[in-house]
Amino acid sequence: MLKVEHLTKMFGGLAAVNDVSVEFGANQINAIIGPNGAGKSTFFNLISGVHQPTSGRILLDGTDVTTMRCDHVARLGVGRTFQTTNLFETATVLDNLIVGHRLRTHSGLWDVLINSKRLQAEEKAAREKAREALDFVGLTHAENRYIADCTQEERKRVAFALALATDPKIVLLDEPAAGVNPEETEGLAELMKKMVKNGLTVCLIEHKMDMIMGIADKIMVLDHGEKIAEGTPEEVKNNPVVIEAYLGSDHDAAA
Amino acid sequence: MMFKLGALIMHPASKYVLLALAVLFPALASNEYQVYVMATAFIWAIAVYGFNVITGYCGQLNLAHGGFFAIGAYAVALLTADYGWNFWPAFIAALVITAVLGFLVGAVSLRLKEHYFAIFTLCVGFIIYLLLDKWEELTHGAIGVRGIAAPDGFGLVNFRETIPVYYLILFFLVFIIWFTSRIQKSLLGRTFIAIRNGDDLAESLGINLMKNKILAFVISTTYAGLAGALYAGMIRFVGPEDGNILHTFNMITYLLVGGIGTLFGPLIGTLGIVWITQSLQFLEEYRMIIFGPLLVILVIFFPLGVSGSFLTWMHRKAQALGLGPKKVQQESKVNTAREVENNA
Repeated sequence: MLKVEHLTKMFGGLAAVNDVSVEFGANQINAIIGPNGAGKSTFFNLISGVHQPTSGRILLDGTDVTTMRCDHVARLGVGRTFQTTNLFETATVLDNLIVGHRLRTHSGLWDVLINSKRLQAEEKAAREKAREALDFVGLTHAENRYIADCTQEERKRVAFALALATDPKIVLLDEPAAGVNPEETEGLAELMKKMVKNGLTVCLIEHKMDMIMGIADKIMVLDHGEKIAEGTPEEVKNNPVVIEAYLGSDHDAAA
Repeated sequence: MMFKLGALIMHPASKYVLLALAVLFPALASNEYQVYVMATAFIWAIAVYGFNVITGYCGQLNLAHGGFFAIGAYAVALLTADYGWNFWPAFIAALVITAVLGFLVGAVSLRLKEHYFAIFTLCVGFIIYLLLDKWEELTHGAIGVRGIAAPDGFGLVNFRETIPVYYLILFFLVFIIWFTSRIQKSLLGRTFIAIRNGDDLAESLGINLMKNKILAFVISTTYAGLAGALYAGMIRFVGPEDGNILHTFNMITYLLVGGIGTLFGPLIGTLGIVWITQSLQFLEEYRMIIFGPLLVILVIFFPLGVSGSFLTWMHRKAQALGLGPKKVQQESKVNTAREVENNA
């Protein structure tokens, strides 16, 4: 599904991501963990095209996307969420989601001026897609609520829905469970399982080890920009390098 | 009670009432000067609608906006006074010139983000002003341009008179509001708003940032050019002071007071402030003593402006009463809560 070969990103003299090769299988939950500053978010930014890598290759279903711009990568089916999602606070949840399907539409200024059939059809499609995504994340009841009136967990779900509205094949989730309570974390984990069940591939960065160990099919561990381990939760948990470099003395608590 | 009043304002028929009032205004006004002030306010409102597209919807603070207004005005002024064009060809040329210049300036300046973009465009605005003031061979320099052609009338309609020109400007204002509402409701408007929410997120949604930002920029400068061209045709004198950066800041004030990023914010803000300024004329320079604190209070307590605060209040009230959403949905298939403000 997603294959990364010898990926390196230098910021000045600092290697934020250093010679990372990894393959994420389709229809799986893949987790990337590592201490703060390990290069996890940079790794996501490289895949989604926000940053251009210094060297290495990124293949999405065999297509080379290494030097593609962000919006192209999105059109090829890479959806993502951010640690914080800035949405239109005084607009409804649904209104915020409709634009998610914009990348699958073609209407321009002229269509707007003459209110063309194409525009009408595309707007209808975008609205339906938004409702579908909202239904998927279980927020249909909050459709008409302002974002400003949503809880942190609901915002997370809206961010998921927005990524889903782009019709992605793979979703990159950057700390999806940060700042939500344990029960809500459980709910978000269920949601990720549901995504996979519906044919999506999930990649996530997360610090909540309980959750990761419970849902991930594969874990990659980054430290100082380098991949120090990968494997199933069981393998990673028992890997001495990981315990040394990352879990350290917190090992018992984290596991 | 308040809610019912609000619902009345948001009723679809309200916009026709508003239009009828605008049409009847010359008859209701006690003298021609009031009609003249209103026509000027309409011109500024058109420019503020443009400002709202790039700054309100797309989130890019373009401080060169007043400069494009001046370019539109000078285009008509110079083409009619110096080159003997009729008004309407010059008017079209003004739109084309501001659109093309908007494209060129946008393509360069939009490579910058946030404050850097604002500072860059502030400089562009000032350069435009300096060019108008100093490039005497082209712009006549500080003495300005006289002898500008009035819009050519037809039949008995003579646009040299205040009342016909008022209706001409009203026509363009209504067109601009209509067009802006189309943009705002459409996927294009949503695209602009997504960019305002954040470049990163918009890009991750597959939105081509540069293309859409430039489009919003060109739409906004063309609006400014349209307003400037009408201004030149009505006042029939332009000078470098029309390109003063102060006008940009006035427009920011109009937009903030009315409600940034809302459909009726520019209209409410511009008309409101122009008329308040008129009624405080007797205070001369001291009116800023009233204006300053008023603005500070408004920005602190009503950051969404008159229109934005009203819509938010109405939405929450409707949600609390549990009648808003269903009603809104029934009214139209392609409805949104934001769209309701068309009716405000």
